[in-house]
This record gives sequence, structure tokens and C-alpha cells, in this order.
Amino acid sequence: MPGLIGKKVGMTSVFNANGENIPCTVLEVGPCVVTQIKSKESDGYSAIQLAFDEKKEKSSSKAMVGHFKKANTTPKRKVVELRGFVKHWKVGDTITVDYFKNDIWLDVTAKSKGKGFQGVVKRYNFRGVNDATHGQHNRNRAPGSLGASSYPSRVFKGMRMAGRTGGKSVKLLNLEVVKILADKNLLMLKGAVPGATGSYVVVESPDRI
Amino acid sequence: MNLMKVVESEFSVEKNLPKFSAGDTITVHYKIKEGNKERIQQFRGVVLQRRGTGINETFTVRKMSGNIGVERIFPIVSPFIEQIDINKYGRVRRSRIFYLRELTGKKARIQEKRF
Repeated sequence: MPGLIGKKVGMTSVFNANGENIPCTVLEVGPCVVTQIKSKESDGYSAIQLAFDEKKEKSSSKAMVGHFKKANTTPKRKVVELRGFVKHWKVGDTITVDYFKNDIWLDVTAKSKGKGFQGVVKRYNFRGVNDATHGQHNRNRAPGSLGASSYPSRVFKGMRMAGRTGGKSVKLLNLEVVKILADKNLLMLKGAVPGATGSYVVVESPDRI
Repeated sequence: MNLMKVVESEFSVEKNLPKFSAGDTITVHYKIKEGNKERIQQFRGVVLQRRGTGINETFTVRKMSGNIGVERIFPIVSPFIEQIDINKYGRVRRSRIFYLRELTGKKARIQEKRF
């Protein structure tokens, strides 16, 4: 869906008009430069490639510098392709956070914080064995049974077990827009957003109703 | 964190609250909504701590209601705080006086500050 690239700035809380204290995530969104336009004829699908966050030319590869030069802009750190833009943007155009000024709800995609190798209690919210007594020992965070015995004589595929947790792309739907500070490219959304402060996010305006 | 300051300045409200810190006895006049009626209630007690900065700053007030301790945490920028009166300046040696929770009776007294 159409959207912009941003960066997580931090969290705070503000009072709204009703006197409710609203937890907010502050995102620095845009300005994003349109660096390439993919069309059905040349690429098989239509999309817009956006770039965000300045990067030094000397730390960019020549191929990337050339790519950004085509859009008449400086090298950028984050490049994302998004579909569904209604307006016909041209290569080299900049889209600012004002793009969301009529939106009430937005979707955010970001990479969640990596947790490393975790057990099933943290990873899948298993309860472990609830008792510490009644003959239980060392089993407070155990996964329990993995299945039946002689039939099927195997563990089914997809059985939830311990493993690498977090560090995956997560999309949150329908986050309320609290405020847009257009002159500073800041967007405030209600609630939390995946990932650490300073990590990249993709904010999209949904076309759901 | 520079951009966070921008956000804070955007939402900061000028409030003429008196200066107080941990150990002081204050009365917080705060608005309560009951249905669509509003009235003002008072909460008088000892300030246990002030924490946070900017729009996230809060303070904790503890009072003894009968023999049960009651603590309330107020955000400094809360629109419900009508007024704060300082009843007593207390002399304490730390900025967070949680030890007061374990003390009752004569031990829970705080020496008044002399100027």
C-alpha cells in the first residue's frame, strides 16, 4: 500500500483533549525521494521505489550513486518499493509526511527486536508446567507433549518449539495518528511500534474500510 | 533525542505550579469527572519522589488514610491538576524517600525545613 519510509525516534505520552494520557511513538517519516518507477510494461508490475535517510557518497557503492543520480538526488540508506500509489509521481519527486494528513489510521511495518534463542514460554506464550509441586521438577518452562506415540510415531511439521525469536518483520494494523508535525517530518502514532529506536519503519496508509 | 525535545516542546504546557520536592507536604487539588459533573477533590500528603523529565514528569504523593497508606502518582502536565498548595517543606537527605513506606507513627515524621 502507498506509504513512506521512516525511522523510530522514541516514545512519550501526551494528554489529548479529553484529558486522557495517550502513549505515543514518535517517528521521523520522510522526506522520501522517488528513485524509480516500475511499470507493468517494463517490470511486469507497477510500483514506486522510495529512498530515505542521507548517506555519504564516499560510503556508497558507485552503482548506488549512479542509481540515485538518475533521480537527481544524493545517496540514501534505505530503499523500499511500495505499490498502490494513486497519484502519478515522477522520478526525483519528494514525498513528505504531509502525505498522511488526511489519514486517521496507519499501518506500520518494522523489524522487531531480536531476542536470540528463546524457549517456548517467551516465544509462543506457552504456560510451561503450572505446578512447581505435585512431582514436578525442572519443568516450569517446559513445552510439554509434542504429540501422540505409536501413531503417528513422529512429530508433526510446524510443531512450535524453542528457537530464534524476534528480529522478524512485523506489521501492525490501524495505529491511530495522534499528531503530524510536518515542519520537522514527525509523525506521532498511538501505541508502540516494533523495533528499536533508530530502526527503519515503513508507514503505509491502508485502503481498507 | 533531539527530535524528542521537539515533540516535548510542542506538547509542553505552561503551568504555574509551585516548586516542591521529596519530603514536602502538599495538597493537590484535582478535578474529578462524575458523569458530566466536575468537582475538585484534594489529596494531601508527603511527596515521595519526582521522576521523569519534560512532559513525562510525574510525582508521587503518599498519605495515611486511617492506618492505610495511599499513594497517588500525578503527571505534572496533567490537565486535571487545578492547583497545588505547599503545606510544609520537609528536610530529607535523599530525592526519593521510599523508606517512609515502612515507617509509621512517630518514626514517619519529617523534620521541617528552616530557612
